[in-house]
Amino acid sequence: MQNQESETTPDTRPALAAIFTAFAKIGLTSFGGGLSGWMMREFVLRRAWITEEEFLSGLALAQSFPGVNVVNLAIWIGFRLRGGAGAAMGALGIVVPPMVVAIGLAALFSQVRDSHALHVVLAGVAAAAVGLSLQTGIRAARRAARQAVPLVVMTITFVALFLLRLPLLWVVGAMAPLSIGIAWLRLRRTEASA
Amino acid sequence: MNLKNLGDLLAVFAPLSFLTVGGGQSIVSDIHRQSVAVHAWMSDGEFLDLFALSRITPGPGSLLVTLVGWQVAGLAGAVVASAAIFLPCSVLVYGLAHLWSRYKHTAWIRAVEAGLVPVAAGMILAASGTVLRAAEGGAWAWSVAAVSTLALMFTRMNPFLMLALGGAFFWLVLA
Repeated sequence: MQNQESETTPDTRPALAAIFTAFAKIGLTSFGGGLSGWMMREFVLRRAWITEEEFLSGLALAQSFPGVNVVNLAIWIGFRLRGGAGAAMGALGIVVPPMVVAIGLAALFSQVRDSHALHVVLAGVAAAAVGLSLQTGIRAARRAARQAVPLVVMTITFVALFLLRLPLLWVVGAMAPLSIGIAWLRLRRTEASA
Repeated sequence: MNLKNLGDLLAVFAPLSFLTVGGGQSIVSDIHRQSVAVHAWMSDGEFLDLFALSRITPGPGSLLVTLVGWQVAGLAGAVVASAAIFLPCSVLVYGLAHLWSRYKHTAWIRAVEAGLVPVAAGMILAASGTVLRAAEGGAWAWSVAAVSTLALMFTRMNPFLMLALGGAFFWLVLA
C-alpha cells in the first residue's frame, strides 16, 4: 500500500495563472451541482494534470472533512500542482468569478422581486433543485443503510434536524464523533479477527 | 453600513464553514433556520427565492450564502458572508492536505471516512425536506421534487435542464 504514494509532479507544471483560469472556467460553466464530475473530466482526462488515483484520494478528503467540497477539491488539486500558491489559485478560481456573477444576479433580482410570475418560476426551480440533493442523499443513505448502526445514526441525524429542528452544530457535534468512534472500533475488530 | 449585521453574518457562517460535510446541501437547513427563524433576515418565500437563484447561478451551491449576505447587508454583506463560509474550512483543509497524502491508508482516516457517511446522509435528507417544507405550491412542489429526483437517478438528463423544466412547469400551473 505504501508505495502507491506516487509523486506525480508533471514535468511541465502549469503556471499559477493557468491554474486560476482553469478553475474559473469550471466555476463559471458548471450549473446545478456535480462540480466534482466536471473537475475530474477537466483535470484528469482532458488536461492530465493529475492522475485519477490522486484525484479520487483528494475527493475522499474533500468529502469526508469539513468544508465546501468543491473548494476543498480545488485546494487539493492546486496544492498537488504548485503547493500553497497553487492551492490559493484553485480556491480563488472556483469561488470568486461565480461569486461576482451571483452578486450581479442578486442585484438584478432586487429590481424585479415584486413580480409574482418570477417568484412562482423560482419556486419551481427550487422544487426541482431538491431532486439534486435528494439524489445525493439517497445514494449516501443506501451506503449507510447496509448496516444497523450507520442506519440508526442516519435516522437520528435526520429526525434531530428535520423534525426537532435542532441546530446543526449540536447535532453534528454529537453525532460525528460518536459515529467515527463506532467505525473505529469496528475497523479494529475486523482487523483483529482477520 | 450596519456593523452588527456584518458581525451576525460572520458569527452565523464561520461555524457553518466547518459543518459542510457531504456537500453544500447539508447546511441548507441551518442557513434556513438562522436566516428565517433566528435572525428574521427574511421570510420563507424570500429564502426560497435566494435558494432557487443560487441553483441557477454557476459555481458552488454554497453561493447561497453570498446571496443571503447580499440580502442582509448589500455588497459588504455578500463579501463578509462569502469569506466566512469559504475561508475557515479552506485553511483547515489546506493543513489536512499535507497530512492526508501521508496517512491516507491508515485506520483512523478510514474510520473518519466511514463514520461521516451516515451523518452526511441524514444531513442531506434533512436539507431536502427543509427546502420542501418552505416551498410554495404544496403538493406540486413535492411532485416536481419527486419527478426530478427519479429523472436524475435513472436518466442522464442534464441537471440544469431539470431546473428549467421545474420553473417552466410552475409557471404554467401556478402563475
